[in-house]
Amino acid sequence: MNSSPLLLSLQTASIATLIVFVTGIALARLISRKLFPGKSIIESILLLPMVLPPTVIGFGLLYLFGNNGPIGQLLADWFGIQIVFSWLGVVIAAIVVSFPLMYQSASASFQNYDPQIEKAALTLGASRWKVFFTISFPLAWPGLLAGTVLTFARALGEFGATLMLAGYIPGKTDTIPLAIYFAVESGKMEEARLWVIVILILGFSSILWLNWWSKRNILSFRNSK
Amino acid sequence: MLYVQLRKKLSHFTLDVDFQVGNETVILFGPSGSGKTTILNCIAGLDAPDQGKIELNKVVLTKDKQLITSTPKRQVGYVFQDYALFPHKTILENIKYGSSDDSLINHLLTILKIDHLRSQYPHQISGGEKQRLALARALAAKPDVLLLDEPFSSLDERTKYECHSELLRLKQEWNIPIILVTHDSKEAEQLGDRILSIEKGKLE
Repeated sequence: MNSSPLLLSLQTASIATLIVFVTGIALARLISRKLFPGKSIIESILLLPMVLPPTVIGFGLLYLFGNNGPIGQLLADWFGIQIVFSWLGVVIAAIVVSFPLMYQSASASFQNYDPQIEKAALTLGASRWKVFFTISFPLAWPGLLAGTVLTFARALGEFGATLMLAGYIPGKTDTIPLAIYFAVESGKMEEARLWVIVILILGFSSILWLNWWSKRNILSFRNSK
Repeated sequence: MLYVQLRKKLSHFTLDVDFQVGNETVILFGPSGSGKTTILNCIAGLDAPDQGKIELNKVVLTKDKQLITSTPKRQVGYVFQDYALFPHKTILENIKYGSSDDSLINHLLTILKIDHLRSQYPHQISGGEKQRLALARALAAKPDVLLLDEPFSSLDERTKYECHSELLRLKQEWNIPIILVTHDSKEAEQLGDRILSIEKGKLE
């Protein structure tokens, strides 16, 4: 058994989580508190990957990023980048399937405190950025952290969309879930079992840590509102 | 001098007011839902009228729907009804948020009798202390006008009375326009130099 699926999985899940963390928080902060026409439609589109079968997401991504797809062609022409059957494909699939989890957690966290608090900060002379980093972000942090852990776990476990977009190329796109599937396919049950244990440990410990952390750090001001 | 002239369509009536405030305490008095808080929000730049003009010391803050001066640049002190304290910051950090003038901060902590609470958090202090903290935080930023939205409504009678006398004392010291929103007639008479009664968006 080589260790490349583990490294590849951790690497892609980390990068996907980082990107989803920033974009999910930014979009949630921009959208969640505002009322505007078409809001439900935009939010439904953002959350759609959560309810669709991974194969449908994979099909959609293949259409967009395929060599003849609208985005795929642009990337190939301008930058010579190929997404299909590449490591980038693995990252993109992980981003798309895990984004709704971050968006939903962030959106709920930003609605979980009194909006007057931010307004008070504005009247005290703080810029919108300062208000975000000193007030909104810290107050939403427990929910944002929960969203981040879930995002990471989901990105780590992504299988269907990854297989359709990036395929199974040992040493290049073989994340743990794919390695498990193809080990079983080729009758290497011993190897499959090992990867299953690795994924179980990773998933279990991240949720265990999150639970422990939130019990310990549920900020005391929340209980006294 | 604060000059306020605004019209704004609200859900059940149209808010239409025109008044000036010098270095005095003006009470906006009226039942809940008569548009009082909307006026304060417009002055603070947290809301905009449909038409009108708001001027503070000859500087235009708002003209019609346009916020000419953004909220952070307005020098408007605002004490919200629920105080809107920063729950994750200590009392001292709350006051320091809009001010770096340590001697003023110390002065405010002392005269408002919350000096011993510096390192506590908002959830650890009483209602009256929260109210005084909100006042101290607003004043520490050296505002040119002070807005108070029913600041005493959730306090018991005795604390309310203490806070009233503190506000009267601060008023002497600060000498800026103060607008206080209340629906308590006794409070209005006790604190106001002038009372503007408002009903369904119109001054009476």
